[in-house]
Amino acid sequence: MKPRFKHLLGIELLTRSDIIGILDQTESFLEVLKRPIPVVPALRGKTIVNLFFEPSTRTALSFSLAASRLSAHCVNFSFPSSSVQKGETLLDTARNIEAMRVDGVVVRHSMPGAPHFLARRLKAFVVNAGDGCHEHPTQALLDAFTLRQHLGSLKGKRILFVGDIAHSRVARSNIICFSKLGARVAVCGPPTFLPTDIEKLGCEVFYRLDKILYEVDVVNMLRVQNERTDLSLFPSIREYRALYGLTRERLSKLDKSVLVIHPGPVNWGVEMDFEIAEFPQTLILNQVTNGVAVRMAVLYLLAGGHEET
Amino acid sequence: MKKPERVLLAGGRVVDPGNRRVRIWDVLIQDGRIAKVGKQLRATGAQRIDCRGKHIAPGFIDMHCHLREPGQEDAETIATGTKAALAGGFTKVCPMPNTDPPIDSEALVRFELARAKEAGFARVYPIGSCTKARAGKELAEIGSMKQAGAVAVSDDGSWVDDPQVMRRVLEYCKAFDLPVISHCELTGFPYGVANEGLVSTRLGLAAGPDVSESAAAARDILLAEFTHARLHIAHVSCAATVSLIRWAKARGVQVTAETCPHYFTLTDAALETFDTNFKVNPPLRTDKDRQAVIDGLADGTIDAIATDHAPHTKSAKEVEFDIAPAGFIGFETAFSLGYEQLVLAKKLSLADYVSRMTTAPARILGLPMPCLQPGADADLVILDLKARWTWTRDQVFSRSQNSPFFGRQLHGRVIGGFLGHKQFWFLHPA
Amino acid sequence: MRQAVIDEQGLKTLVSQLASDISRRNRGVKNLVFVGIKRRGVPLANRLAKELSLNQKYRIPVGAIDITLYRDDLQLVAETPICGGSEIDFDINGRIIVLVDDLIYTGRTVRAALTELLDFGRPKSIQLAVLVDRGHRELPIEPNFVGRTIKTRHDDLVDIYLVEEDGTDGVFLTRR
Repeated sequence: MKPRFKHLLGIELLTRSDIIGILDQTESFLEVLKRPIPVVPALRGKTIVNLFFEPSTRTALSFSLAASRLSAHCVNFSFPSSSVQKGETLLDTARNIEAMRVDGVVVRHSMPGAPHFLARRLKAFVVNAGDGCHEHPTQALLDAFTLRQHLGSLKGKRILFVGDIAHSRVARSNIICFSKLGARVAVCGPPTFLPTDIEKLGCEVFYRLDKILYEVDVVNMLRVQNERTDLSLFPSIREYRALYGLTRERLSKLDKSVLVIHPGPVNWGVEMDFEIAEFPQTLILNQVTNGVAVRMAVLYLLAGGHEET
Repeated sequence: MKKPERVLLAGGRVVDPGNRRVRIWDVLIQDGRIAKVGKQLRATGAQRIDCRGKHIAPGFIDMHCHLREPGQEDAETIATGTKAALAGGFTKVCPMPNTDPPIDSEALVRFELARAKEAGFARVYPIGSCTKARAGKELAEIGSMKQAGAVAVSDDGSWVDDPQVMRRVLEYCKAFDLPVISHCELTGFPYGVANEGLVSTRLGLAAGPDVSESAAAARDILLAEFTHARLHIAHVSCAATVSLIRWAKARGVQVTAETCPHYFTLTDAALETFDTNFKVNPPLRTDKDRQAVIDGLADGTIDAIATDHAPHTKSAKEVEFDIAPAGFIGFETAFSLGYEQLVLAKKLSLADYVSRMTTAPARILGLPMPCLQPGADADLVILDLKARWTWTRDQVFSRSQNSPFFGRQLHGRVIGGFLGHKQFWFLHPA
Repeated sequence: MRQAVIDEQGLKTLVSQLASDISRRNRGVKNLVFVGIKRRGVPLANRLAKELSLNQKYRIPVGAIDITLYRDDLQLVAETPICGGSEIDFDINGRIIVLVDDLIYTGRTVRAALTELLDFGRPKSIQLAVLVDRGHRELPIEPNFVGRTIKTRHDDLVDIYLVEEDGTDGVFLTRR
């Protein structure tokens, strides 16, 4: 398969069959991860740079592991040690990467469109590992994969997003991804957390969690982004937890078949009580395992094949 | 440029926006003035230019542009900017005062005028700032600037946030019959790099809502009514502002307004690729807003079309969308875009369209009324309305090349014109 | 020009011969495991295992291996091949592996399969069984068991059909 896309910039640019193709490919990498030696030589000799302009531990680690399990070289270049602070522009960075002849760039940036900016200027393939409040496509793919493992298919399933939709790139990518896979998506949060015209993306909108929580197949909790939000969006953590938190009380009323996912890291005691970790259908750690397999599939599909001449 | 004695423009269609008429007439120019207009003029010894199939209109007036001098001469200078203006058919331009330093004194107004005279391209009518250093605190020396040649005042680029200061500016300008041009954008909202709506939600862009513009316009309209002063709303981009102006005019408030070609040509859907050449302030809005702006032009709610020509260097624009400066160059595409979106789309007659770029700004700014009548300055443009053309980087006269319109098929083209004694040709006359 | 080289009945006979060769060489089938190379090596491995399991208490385990991720030409092919995944759900340490494929040609596929197998563990030995050997080896690899050797030119095409994959059994040679 030659992927129809040269870069992975966002779920919005993928078709349903692109998504399914990546998820199918992920199955075989999940099998590789279970082998005694979970490394394959597929990307031997390839060099992939993790360009993280925003701090991240788990996503960077997940991409690094994915690259090394495909035998690619993976170099991490993260914000605190970078020359960005010296006033180097993204364009300079791009040109330097080009000059060092790397095959792929995994980029996380606080500004929407930064990966698109690089993709237009680099011969290397670009994977968006999160751009501001825009997209985080590999998270959506790994969440879709995780849900597919448990549900078989997302078609017709009701999936509820709870929390700060406005500042969440995960919410955007997941809403688009799950919708493309046929799920019925709803969002819930205080109106200050819901971006303008969100209903035009095809979501039902709820302001009261208890009105919708017990009707859904999957709950996708979102992190309260302390670092992105200002206090004029909600009055206090206490009130937020009471109105929108997945608390012990709400959990005890939740059907045991409901799946709970969260992109992590969780603010325990804010959006979710710690007891959720023991809820039978909490898939947070499955998400992490599948994250490596999904990223292997993405890197494999984008890095494989030679340049067309 | 050569200096002709007598020139006869023969057989062209003369657009007279004052009388809203288009007629096949000859135009005789003598010593930089229009000597005669009429059918089949005789002019022995005159240079004869065959204008059959072409249109002749008064030179356009751009009441809102940025020439970047002083301060950002790497992006544009008065000389390069006024030459680009001529290429777009603008014989008169009004640079906004948000330069470095800002134009807030008589000396700086004179500096601009001197530079423009040196360059000898489009005539420059400076706009002074309302407040010292555009800081929104103290009145600038508006009276002296007017004496030096300023035709309006504005803190364009920022809104005068303090209502008491804005009130004083409006009141003070009554003494000089100067319009106060307001850049309507509430302070307090985070700076929006895009219009707030479905597109910004999908792209995750930090957005500014249209209410930021309309609420600011509402305050200034009410202040203008209260002070009985003249207010002009710059770059109207959204439906709500159009309605407010319509309401204000019906109440008899002395308010006028302008919009720019991009607000009736583009929508925020253009941001999909995060191309910084589409970033502008106010931001491109929805199609509903675009339609409302067109309706506002059609019914006269919006008086004038200005370019908001905003040159930026390549290095300034080659950055992430969030941090790129807003605005793009506009002189050289303005006429064609308006011709396509307004005249060919049958929203405005040709004469009405031309009036939005000639008589309307002249009336607002108190400039001599552009017309093609004997005795008037020979500031005129010659247009080929049948031309279909594509604008490319190698055709640009501006010092900067930040435009979203490269590669777009354009309709109607400025081929040349007269600036008093001087002829300018961008395409060879037929 | 396309001609049938082995028909349905002939193919059946070759599989039986291969099975008995494997059994004779290993003095029985104890400790044997079969691994087919995807795709057509897998049904062949199943057929061999079934044939050898007849009248035996011991059921020979059969696995499948997809060598896509071990190909030495991944960087050369224009299209990234979809990887189907390997299925070896038994321990191969200390076992005798019979690696099965329908065809051996350059030997590069077998090289990839050997590398991959060794990432699954340390077998006692690996033997190679193929239905057809068409020659033109590019690596020092020889099968232990060959159904039929066919003389070919480099640009000939050898098509092998198996009921499980293709709905019919047979081997065809196309000369160009």
